[in-house]
Amino acid sequence: MSVTIDKAGDADTASPQAPPRSGGWRRLRRPAPGPASEDERRGLWRYPFLIVVVLLSAFPVYWTFMIPSRTNDVVGQTPPPLLPGGHFFENARRVFDTVEFEKALINSLVVAGSITLCTLFFCSLAGFAFAKLRFRGRGALLAIVIATMMVPVQLGIIPLYIEMQKFGWANHLIAVIAPTAVTAFGVVFMRQYTEQAIPDELLEAGRMDGCSTFGLYWHVVLPGLRPAMAVLGLLTFMQAWNDFMWPLIVLSPQNPTVQVALSTLSAGYYRDNTLVLAGTALGTLPVLLIFAVFGRQIISGIMEGAVKG
Amino acid sequence: MTITAPPASGLDAPPPRPTRRPRAVRSAVRRVTGVTAPYGFVAPFFMIFFVFGLFPMAYTFWVSLTDRDLLRPNDAKMIGLRNYTDLLHDEFFWNAVKNTFELMLLCTVPQLALALILAHILNARLRGRMLFRMGVLLPNITSIVAVTIVFGQLFSRDFGLFNWLLGLVGIDNVNWQAGEWSSKIAIAMMVVWRWTGYNALIYLAAMQAIPKEQFEAAAIDGAGTWRQLWHVTLPALRPTIAFTALVSLIGQIQLFTEPLLFDISPGSVSGGTDRQFQTLALFLYEEGFRLRHFGYGSAVAWLMFLLTVILAAFAYFLTRGGARIRGSSLIGGASRGGPGTRRLGHRGPRRPSSGGSAGRATGQAAARPAGQAAGRPAEAAASPAPAPAPASANDDSTPGGSS
Repeated sequence: MSVTIDKAGDADTASPQAPPRSGGWRRLRRPAPGPASEDERRGLWRYPFLIVVVLLSAFPVYWTFMIPSRTNDVVGQTPPPLLPGGHFFENARRVFDTVEFEKALINSLVVAGSITLCTLFFCSLAGFAFAKLRFRGRGALLAIVIATMMVPVQLGIIPLYIEMQKFGWANHLIAVIAPTAVTAFGVVFMRQYTEQAIPDELLEAGRMDGCSTFGLYWHVVLPGLRPAMAVLGLLTFMQAWNDFMWPLIVLSPQNPTVQVALSTLSAGYYRDNTLVLAGTALGTLPVLLIFAVFGRQIISGIMEGAVKG
Repeated sequence: MTITAPPASGLDAPPPRPTRRPRAVRSAVRRVTGVTAPYGFVAPFFMIFFVFGLFPMAYTFWVSLTDRDLLRPNDAKMIGLRNYTDLLHDEFFWNAVKNTFELMLLCTVPQLALALILAHILNARLRGRMLFRMGVLLPNITSIVAVTIVFGQLFSRDFGLFNWLLGLVGIDNVNWQAGEWSSKIAIAMMVVWRWTGYNALIYLAAMQAIPKEQFEAAAIDGAGTWRQLWHVTLPALRPTIAFTALVSLIGQIQLFTEPLLFDISPGSVSGGTDRQFQTLALFLYEEGFRLRHFGYGSAVAWLMFLLTVILAAFAYFLTRGGARIRGSSLIGGASRGGPGTRRLGHRGPRRPSSGGSAGRATGQAAARPAGQAAGRPAEAAASPAPAPAPASANDDSTPGGSS
């Protein structure tokens, strides 16, 4: 798998019959299909299926927000309520009174924000080097990067914890940020995009103007990478926001991320459904908002990444 | 192509702007930074990987050879492979292995099958398709913690929605957490719910990279949409399916959050009262971080890694085997389409060139004309290009077709 990514990328730029790429990924945002054709009318059966699937997908999310808007008495009834009530803010307030939720929200924001910024910077830098600079050992180094994508994260988790204690980082946010500050996926992703979105002529022109190599990255490459940065940034932020196992291990319940706080909440107040789900709703809200605004970019990012392997 | 090569002579890069530094010095500086800069650019990744990835991995192996716990952190006794031999006699370990594999099957198979069907339904000119795509991806953006909490509530014995629905059809309340299989089915449902849409989008992207003519040819030959899925889409998607299966299987080896939080006894890490859904990752967590058996836990980690490598190698040989079969069509003129496609093939004496264009840039270029020369033009439609189709095989209506 790994090697084909590299080769495919090279062949792509070299291939003379490849059509000129206009705007890389923008092709996903095609205009709506034309007038209804014969084809389209025969495809009408697809809509009811898809609507059912979307409803099934959305239902648990709806449930997360509906339950906390009721009281525990009502939630415990049979049949359970299906429509929202007016108690959401009351239950949300109880979340903040029960666990360190304010701190958790701030912590998660700091963690996910820092990871995103670091990932974007380091991955685009390395991606640029792998895509456009020629240096000894480039192929071997890239192969290592790709190989690390297959290594399961849990393998080194115990020594990592010992290491963090030695560093004095245990229970500090830096212990969550540092290990994922630059990811192999990000490097490969950025390399792929740089390869096809930044023309060599542009870089040569920048060289002529006296840019240093870093200057080329900063003034020429970075502006051209904006769409890819948006996608990688969104994916990284959501992943960091949702990460659970490592923060659970290395942080204490007194200094949690949102996910750790939620697990504390659900373990300690199992019977209090409206409380637990109010916390869950609050912890899910940020990624839901991001998805609502940038869903299109996230989807194109996933689908583009898929085809590239 | 290479832009770092320092100018060999002044002719290469005449400085457009006068600078204070003499040219010779400047080009010397350029030569040094030009050579080292790329290494500086990739250094952060390798530093982070070394400190937080490679070193802990190697260290895990050393820790796994010792007997140590948190109470005496600096007093590690070397005990050789005893942690490993103990593990192989630990019934809780084998229980976790069994649970992990059972959950792996329960999670992966329905997830990928449903994703394939869903992608096939999505792969059409649809109105509002971005809405549908967002709808199917929605589960994937929620956190696993949130998913497990919500499903835990839906699955609760007395007030859960699932039991209420089952009650409507006359089935008594199920104690989902307690049962050996009911608990696993519940956990599998969480995983399937969260990942089906994501995989469907990946399949959709690969489907759109299949040249359109292949579907058109199949349609003209009278194949309905589901037979197209079976005879055109599935063969083309094989590499993608192998890849998603591998990723999903590796993900299931690490299944942790769902079994941890699905357990209703507070603070329990045993995966249910009878360990009925304790996975390997949860077992690792229990040994390493609850019981503080660092050495024993590290041994579990290495065995998990071994399992991952075996799975990856297995998947690799499966896909390679697939490639060999495809390659053999070079000689035999591709006869693996099955009776259905062959019948289709004989009904449509068309497309002298489209098969060739589909395979032009792939390694199978030679296989196609061979099939045609044998007088079976439609074989090209029955054995399409591998999923990560190269750019030249795409027309404008196949977004994301760049490999």
